[in-house]
Amino acid sequence: MIDPFLLRAAFAGLLIALVAAPLGCLVVWRRMAYFGDATGNAALLGVALALSLSLPPIIGVVAIAGAMALAVAFATRRGGFAADTVLGVFSHAALAIGLVAAALLPGVRLNLIGTLLGDILTVTNGEIAIIAAGGALILVVVAVFWRGLVNATLSPELMAAEGGSLLRDKLVFTLSLALFVALAMKLVGILLITAMLILPAAAAAPLSRSPERMVLFAAGIGAASVLGGLWLSWEADTPAGPSIIVVAALIFLGSGLRRR
Amino acid sequence: MPNPAPLIHAENLTVKSGRRLLLDAVSFEVHTGEAISLIGPNGAGKTTLIRAMIGTQPISSGSLGRRPGLRLGYTPQKLPLEQLIPMPVDRFMALSGERNKERRTAMLARCDAAGLQNEQMTDLSGGETQRVLLARALMRAPDLLILDEPTQGLDQPGEERFYALLAEIRAETGVAIFMVSHDLHVVMAQSDRVICLNTHICCSGAPAQVAEDPSYRALFGARTSIAPYQHHHHEHCDHD
Repeated sequence: MIDPFLLRAAFAGLLIALVAAPLGCLVVWRRMAYFGDATGNAALLGVALALSLSLPPIIGVVAIAGAMALAVAFATRRGGFAADTVLGVFSHAALAIGLVAAALLPGVRLNLIGTLLGDILTVTNGEIAIIAAGGALILVVVAVFWRGLVNATLSPELMAAEGGSLLRDKLVFTLSLALFVALAMKLVGILLITAMLILPAAAAAPLSRSPERMVLFAAGIGAASVLGGLWLSWEADTPAGPSIIVVAALIFLGSGLRRR
Repeated sequence: MPNPAPLIHAENLTVKSGRRLLLDAVSFEVHTGEAISLIGPNGAGKTTLIRAMIGTQPISSGSLGRRPGLRLGYTPQKLPLEQLIPMPVDRFMALSGERNKERRTAMLARCDAAGLQNEQMTDLSGGETQRVLLARALMRAPDLLILDEPTQGLDQPGEERFYALLAEIRAETGVAIFMVSHDLHVVMAQSDRVICLNTHICCSGAPAQVAEDPSYRALFGARTSIAPYQHHHHEHCDHD
């Protein structure tokens, strides 16, 4: 029989893969992989702050990752730096500040490896309930605003001319991403959250003929990566989170080779 | 004028980016059914002005009013489409919010883009892309069409075909057109009014009037990079 903890891990992983699909496609289309990194890296500071205030880590992560996502999304270009430089500064500064804060703040006993690399095999029923509820919220919000999200990806001007709100689009996208970071942290750790977003989406791109189909394929590829990664982890005793990403990367290579 | 309230009313519209002035006290109106061409050298603020009209460009001072309930149609210069976002033409049309497939297909056909529904946007030629963009902009029955250099990258026949289509659409629907253009010969032939922009409005008025304006001549007569005018310029000299 399969161990219950493995079943829980698989269930949590499949939920995350499903939620990652539409967000990951948007991140890939908008060339915002660095943006995902910055949001993910800010999560560490969120965890440290929440622990020092005796709050559930997820609250700290949503708050700090959300603040980071909003800051990056609304930061105007200053000083003439290229966008990827600014994002790189934000992203790595957030990670470093998080690590320093975790050491400095009183009463914080952070499982650093677990936070950075994920710890899916210890996921509890309570955490699965939070992932399911948060994931459902993200999926509903993204589905409701999907047309606007795709239009803003194609051309912000086109979207605005047709009466859409760019502000609403930014809020929906950045806050969904922040909540996703909080949910997915347990699965792959903050270092690999961006990978969980972009690898399945990138692997789905060459196989898809419409944006919606790309989301479906990304969900399927993400699910296959979760199951394959857990199997690899079980058989070869490798860390689960990185194993999931390794499988996703192999699928990406395979799909890339298939491309005409 | 059937409806005296202007569609767009800009008064001393000024846009700054840092210390750089992108638009300097620009004032103009767009009325129902008018065809206006916006011309000006690169970096003159044409795209900034269009963004301000659409509402994606914050204004530093002055005002820009849209008639309440104004419906805009907009065609971008090009879509930043990559291979990564798969987008069949019909899906692109549906993203305008039009749920009725027959109406989408009919609009594509009206815009000379029949049979392209299932093509990927990235596989279209430049001319096909512009006609599909136009079809989408018209899908919402706009009062005002804003076109950002719709014929850039088209060859001469493609350009003529697009402008002929635009003239037909205008005759049928009475839609007002505000177009950024480099094709000065078309500007002269098809516009009611020309606005010549170089951060500020250097001159505006009926095409023939603008062509005689010294500031227009200073901008386009001296700039050898704009070929169509040179042609026009020589023609002019011959006639004199």
